[in-house]
Amino acid sequence: MTSLEERARRVRERVLKMGTNPHGVHVGGSLSLAEILTVLYGEVLRVSPEQPDRPDRDWFVLSKGHASAALYAVLAEHGFLDPAELDTYAQAGSRLAGHPLRKLPGVEFPTGSLGHGLSLGLGVALAARRTGGTSRAFVVLGDGELQEGSVWEAAMSAGHEGLDNLVAIVDRNRLQITGGTEQCVSLEPLPDRWRSFGWAVAEVDGHDIDALRATFAAVPATPGRPTVVIANTVKGKGVRLFEDQKKSHAVQLTPRLHQRALASLNAGRTT
Amino acid sequence: MTVTVAEQLPGTEDSFADRYAGATRDVYRRTLLDLARRDPLVFCVDTDTGGLETTFGTELPGRYINVGIAEANLMGVSAGLAATGLRPYAHTLSGFAAARACEQLKVDIAGNNLPVRVVVTHGGLSSGHYGPTHHAVDDLAILRTMPNLTIVVPADAAETEQAVLATADLPGPVLIRLGRAATPLVHDTVPEFVPGRAAQLRDGDDVTIVATGPHPVLMALRAHDELATLGISARVLNMHTIKPLDTAALLRAARETAGIVTVEDHLVVGGLGAAVCEVVTQDAPVRVRRIGVPDRFIDRVGDERDLLVAAGVSTERIVAQGLALAEAQRNDRALAERHHASRAGSSSRG
Repeated sequence: MTSLEERARRVRERVLKMGTNPHGVHVGGSLSLAEILTVLYGEVLRVSPEQPDRPDRDWFVLSKGHASAALYAVLAEHGFLDPAELDTYAQAGSRLAGHPLRKLPGVEFPTGSLGHGLSLGLGVALAARRTGGTSRAFVVLGDGELQEGSVWEAAMSAGHEGLDNLVAIVDRNRLQITGGTEQCVSLEPLPDRWRSFGWAVAEVDGHDIDALRATFAAVPATPGRPTVVIANTVKGKGVRLFEDQKKSHAVQLTPRLHQRALASLNAGRTT
Repeated sequence: MTVTVAEQLPGTEDSFADRYAGATRDVYRRTLLDLARRDPLVFCVDTDTGGLETTFGTELPGRYINVGIAEANLMGVSAGLAATGLRPYAHTLSGFAAARACEQLKVDIAGNNLPVRVVVTHGGLSSGHYGPTHHAVDDLAILRTMPNLTIVVPADAAETEQAVLATADLPGPVLIRLGRAATPLVHDTVPEFVPGRAAQLRDGDDVTIVATGPHPVLMALRAHDELATLGISARVLNMHTIKPLDTAALLRAARETAGIVTVEDHLVVGGLGAAVCEVVTQDAPVRVRRIGVPDRFIDRVGDERDLLVAAGVSTERIVAQGLALAEAQRNDRALAERHHASRAGSSSRG
């Protein structure tokens, strides 16, 4: 069994490879998700590539759909698609679009227009609650995405319904296209904002696999409330020249840049 | 047009008019509840519109969800419910569904071809004196651009009931556009409702009137009667389904009559009239006269009928356009005959 650390490293390696296509990739916000998605798919989500539509499954929604490359890499890691297909990313005729398509097994909803995912997860969680089902919904949001008002419509409604089978994960990498989230439109005090909407808040180092494991194992953080996991992350994590750089939002990796990025990634390799 | 109270419905003491008295939305709420009693998958998702909480919400609280005044959330939540196999009926005002929550409706519901029924009120100018924030005269133009979406505009309360029942099992998303205040009954018996097939309410072969929505259809029927007294036989089509459009009925009308008058409580831009033009210009070019709301905001205060007439949507204008189309065809024929005669004359001289 491959360790989760090694899987996360492989996710990053595959994201970088996808970035070599002529259109590039949303590399920064994909790299910041590597551990979060690896732990979710490895130990938390009750999903199966053999039965992607089984009614009692957990539902995963990548509301920050521009990080599709990280999702594809994890889906390949878990048997939802052939890793060789990752080479088709963003190519003509591929199933792997810059933002995920529903025709890909394992993708519950197409996302990309920010601010949609939490409502979708809320609908799924409500359906399970009202029909006696056991499904849970996990929704990964970007932190910049929280500037979309529709996120807070869903947050208010979920808090009111007390849906403890709904989990939001905020990829808190603190950067958006023009710079810092706090410089653009500040999100802090972020935990208080979620709490005031009726959510239980868990804060975690989004690159610490053991901490993520423990946090997800403990959801709902408070029975009778939806849980938001604010995962403090670094945009571009794992590749020194991309880390905490607003320029790492979307990058086309030339052969030379790809080699440098891989070298940086593997310099930090521990296994 | 007079509404006759002819038929007693089987198993009920109510007359047809009693049974379908009130606004389309009142009859809709009753129909939804009937449907939900039979189908445990039916859910009611509300945006605090008022009236559903005391009907559906009281009888079936486990299947009633009020997401609050939050239309974007309404669409996403309904998409989520439908994705799990439930059959949500999502409720808001037409202008808010088409414009405010346009993207969620497009991406999350239509884009995934999910069986959500979005049932909207305050269509067209039915919100009357509420003003232009509540008018929905651009909704059909916006909604028509969404692939997969079936769009239905019932002409009265009886047709509303039948439309809800007839669309209940469609595999994809459906939008049903209702009004606000009560409107007169168009039908005097329960109409057959086939989604996507225009209802031919009156036969005729001189001109065709194609109408959608309660007042436009009523006006079309009155215009039919007035044109008849002037010797013009007008076919009347109730185009209750805006998408998919009944192109076969339109092409027949284009080929069999002098032209088409379209009538709608919607902008002349992008609505029924535009849709009819898109169809006939391609396969059976014919004169089309579009009667609808002009391309400007309406800040006049008035009730639905007053605003429609002020906007130029009236029986009189339908009659005038019907006469004009019939006359244009007579002129065409006269010209053609003269042309034919002069050609015949010139060849005899040669």
